[in-house]
Amino acid sequence: MKYIHEYRDPDGARRLVEVIRRLVTRPWSIMEVCGGQTHAIVRFGLDELLPREVNLIHGPGCPVCVTPIEILDTAIAIASRPGVTFCSFGDMLRVPGSRQDLLQVKSEGGDVRIVYSPMDAVTLAQEHPDREVVFFAIGFETTAPANAMAVVQAARLGLRNFSVLVSHVLVPPALRAVLDAPNCRVQGFLAPGHVCAIMGTEEYWPIVEQYRVPIVVTGFEPLDILQGVAMCLRQLEEGRAEAEIQYGRAVRPEGNRLAIVQIREVFEPVPRKWRGIGEIPGSGLGLRAPYARFDARTRFGVEKITAEEPKECIAGEVLQGHRRPCDCPAFGILCTPERPLGAPMVSAEGSCAAYYRYRRHAAH
Amino acid sequence: MCLGIPGKVTETFDRNGLRMGKVEFGGIVKEACLTYTPEARVGDYVIVHVGFAISQVDKAEAEEIFSYLQQIEAETIEQPPGEPGAADNGEVR
Repeated sequence: MKYIHEYRDPDGARRLVEVIRRLVTRPWSIMEVCGGQTHAIVRFGLDELLPREVNLIHGPGCPVCVTPIEILDTAIAIASRPGVTFCSFGDMLRVPGSRQDLLQVKSEGGDVRIVYSPMDAVTLAQEHPDREVVFFAIGFETTAPANAMAVVQAARLGLRNFSVLVSHVLVPPALRAVLDAPNCRVQGFLAPGHVCAIMGTEEYWPIVEQYRVPIVVTGFEPLDILQGVAMCLRQLEEGRAEAEIQYGRAVRPEGNRLAIVQIREVFEPVPRKWRGIGEIPGSGLGLRAPYARFDARTRFGVEKITAEEPKECIAGEVLQGHRRPCDCPAFGILCTPERPLGAPMVSAEGSCAAYYRYRRHAAH
Repeated sequence: MCLGIPGKVTETFDRNGLRMGKVEFGGIVKEACLTYTPEARVGDYVIVHVGFAISQVDKAEAEEIFSYLQQIEAETIEQPPGEPGAADNGEVR
């Protein structure tokens, strides 16, 4: 077993769809939180296999997409400085800031690099003591242990030329924000499997109990998603609300203790602004005081950059599941992956990019 | 962004005090930090995200989806539907 293709078996998918068909007695709306799940759903056409009663709503689980424009502007301001080597995951390079993106900074001679792991940025700082190496630390809980380790390792190695621009986001406060929205249609969640591989399910029980909403921690392959939908529907049909795990091969209820300890050592919860949604209290991570010297914002004096998001982009509505990408008048015309207006069209996990890639012809 | 790929640990070693490993993904070998999966040994599968193993794949749990299918089919599908594959598999247990 290699744990990928086994979960793409068409016969298994047909059987799960049949199970779902027999479970459903009335319409239900379920939000898949993670952009990776959205991509699998659109790519494999899972939503089109499901009975009409089951409506999948795409959630805000794409860290690139929810990063507000002012953080992009901050990144661009730092990356444009002479002497700076700015390291980022590839997805962030083409996300538009107010005036330009990181790729343009690179084309104008800025030292902007794509890294696979935050540890690559630490290595660069070690190898180039004459450069200020800055890592753009974005991500959900899944990425936080890696980014935390990069900071800890930089501290251990005594690196003075390494810093991080932190824009971490957390899933549970975002779920609450979705549920608190007055026009919320979500009746159940497929929670993101890799976030919960780190954090476990403990944080989700209070949400389940307060909002009476089923949450099923789900994987990313077609059979995972269909099983997650089946488990969620079963709870809904039976009037239950529990935090269940579909993705048991990677997720333990207690999460990954070592990773949680490392996150808490380096980071603490802070308020965070989400693109198109606004500020959500306690929904981000910031560096704790003992690691404050690694904060790129203070190191480069760029704490105060603010910016307005472009009005023609409906990313906020899309990220909250109120509207679909193809409802946007700019979709595929003014906004394409080559010339994106907003982050969800750029990121490999953005729902606009998924619809553009797999559904463009159906939409127009 | 939260992409995690399952791969097989083929080697473990130490670097700068961190437990590292070589992990094979369908023929491609990459290095990954194994600090957060201290129990992972050579031959085990781990899920790797941005160069870090975030979870060790539980072999028994990985099979669970297939027994779930058989169990829930038995509960929800009394009458075998038209498709022969579904009916046959539903009757295995």
